Amino acid sequence: MEEIRFHGRGGQGTVVAAILMAKAFFKAGLWVQTFPLFGVERRGAPVEAYLRLDQKKIQVRCNIYTPDHVVVQDAKLLSTVDITAGLKPGGWVLLNARQVPENLKPFAGFRLAWVDATQIAVKYGLGTRTHPMINTAMVGAFAGLLKKPPLADVVGAIGEEIAVKTEHNVLAAREAYETVCVHGKVLEADDIKANPIKDIPIDDFHGNQ
Amino acid sequence: MKKVLEGSHAVSEAVKLARVRVVSAYPITPQTHIVEAISEACAEGSLDARFICVESEHSAMAAAIGASSGGVRTFTATSSQGLAYMHELLHWASGARLPIVMAEVNRALAPGWNIWMDQTDSLAQRDTGWIQLYCEDGQEVLDTTLMAFRLAEEVNLPVMVVLDAFFLSHTWEPVDVPDRESADRFLPAFFPRVVVDTANPCNMGQMSPPGVYMEMRHSVQMAMQMAGECLNETEDAFYRVFNRKYGRIEQHLCEDAEIVLVAAGTAVGVCREVVSGLREEGEKVGLLKIRLFRPFPSKIVSEVLKRARKVAVIDRNCSFGVGGIFAQEIKAALFNSDHRPGVYSYIAGLGGRDITPDTVREIYRITRNTEKPEPESVWIGLRPDE
Repeated sequence: MEEIRFHGRGGQGTVVAAILMAKAFFKAGLWVQTFPLFGVERRGAPVEAYLRLDQKKIQVRCNIYTPDHVVVQDAKLLSTVDITAGLKPGGWVLLNARQVPENLKPFAGFRLAWVDATQIAVKYGLGTRTHPMINTAMVGAFAGLLKKPPLADVVGAIGEEIAVKTEHNVLAAREAYETVCVHGKVLEADDIKANPIKDIPIDDFHGNQ
Repeated sequence: MKKVLEGSHAVSEAVKLARVRVVSAYPITPQTHIVEAISEACAEGSLDARFICVESEHSAMAAAIGASSGGVRTFTATSSQGLAYMHELLHWASGARLPIVMAEVNRALAPGWNIWMDQTDSLAQRDTGWIQLYCEDGQEVLDTTLMAFRLAEEVNLPVMVVLDAFFLSHTWEPVDVPDRESADRFLPAFFPRVVVDTANPCNMGQMSPPGVYMEMRHSVQMAMQMAGECLNETEDAFYRVFNRKYGRIEQHLCEDAEIVLVAAGTAVGVCREVVSGLREEGEKVGLLKIRLFRPFPSKIVSEVLKRARKVAVIDRNCSFGVGGIFAQEIKAALFNSDHRPGVYSYIAGLGGRDITPDTVREIYRITRNTEKPEPESVWIGLRPDE
């Protein structure tokens, strides 16, 4: 079983991102389970959502404490939320960020990927400039990062779930799929000192695997 | 067709398939998504029903009683404070023998104000004469809601379909949504036995003096006693169409089990996971899932449990002054049995606190290592400093 935790803010479509991902993985043939860590919903407040994936029916139903990967929809959350809490060693952290964060300390022991989902969302007119809807781009970036679920299934899930500007959301997911940046190996002390770290385009990264 | 569906929408899909005619409801978290989807279906015409948006849960049940007395299939949904507010009319619905179906999303009662999972709200209504069914996953929620209408109309008693807040109501997972034709084959149109009819006026709910009241109460009790068997028949009919059934209870690896865990709701899934793990470690452990709480299936429960040495009951609820409510029922069911295992009562996961595999393992460990059950329910996971 794989477990993924999503961090975002109320109003950013974090729960919908998890649902989109669940639907895409389901289309790809997996059993899925997703639910939000439900708080008192307020715009801008930190929110979490969980996604479990397995080949067989998922029995366990509790919050995710030791995720395999985390998706962070707003890099500013790093100053208030321990986004790597319980993250398995070597797990991916996918950030919505223009570039590599200056402070790499929070990511020691993990692998880092980032995508400029905000810029992509603005480019395709999703949400507004001050409040862009970045969730479809984040889902696309995640699929690009792990090369699963297949992009076609992400597109299919967006078609089912997103009724407004469906085409533009698909374009955003596709662009994020192609432009997600990665630091290919687990971040260690030397890397953290050597900031900026070397980033690898996603195609090269997968080409090297 | 199998699709990824929210637990709340598993209820609303079933309500649509059941061709319900009247839905009256008042929104309350975490039940809101259920009636939201139904009101949309009514507005767009995909469900030919009257949606009555009332000003309180007391009125929601009053309107449901009115509609059901008028002879149409009726549904409502609520949670927690809303259910508590309905309490008076819950008695009325069962006493009047109305086959109303209600989805009840388990949520903690205030104060402190809390919107999360806790079974005390529905269990506090155990003496209202409602059949109560507890669900484990999204598929069971959809199937149980469909079954509930057929069962209610067979025995003329209202049915409460109970699902966990968030762990079920807001959880998306693959659910097989039946096609309309199959649903119609399973659930025929509703033909009420008694209907308010202006052409044939009669009194309903009038003064019932000592000479008749006791017989009326006895008829409710007889209907309840039949309901367990009727649920079996309903499930057989459901199985013939959909190839799925759940039972009043489910015993999982109980045959040779020395210790049997007992749970209801989504904690059952967590227990399944733990039981599989413990079995691999060589532990003789089983699991009893309670799906039907009212009428309580005492006979089959005692049949299953009398083979065990110890029984560990996980209650996500508390009857203050007594303890875990399921544990009380289990003890009562076993009392007249020839072989009575020790019943260990645990309270866990109140107000949305998580029941994780570690929680269940701890419960198992305490049960195995303690010779005799404590006289009171043992609270699991309390913070030490409070």
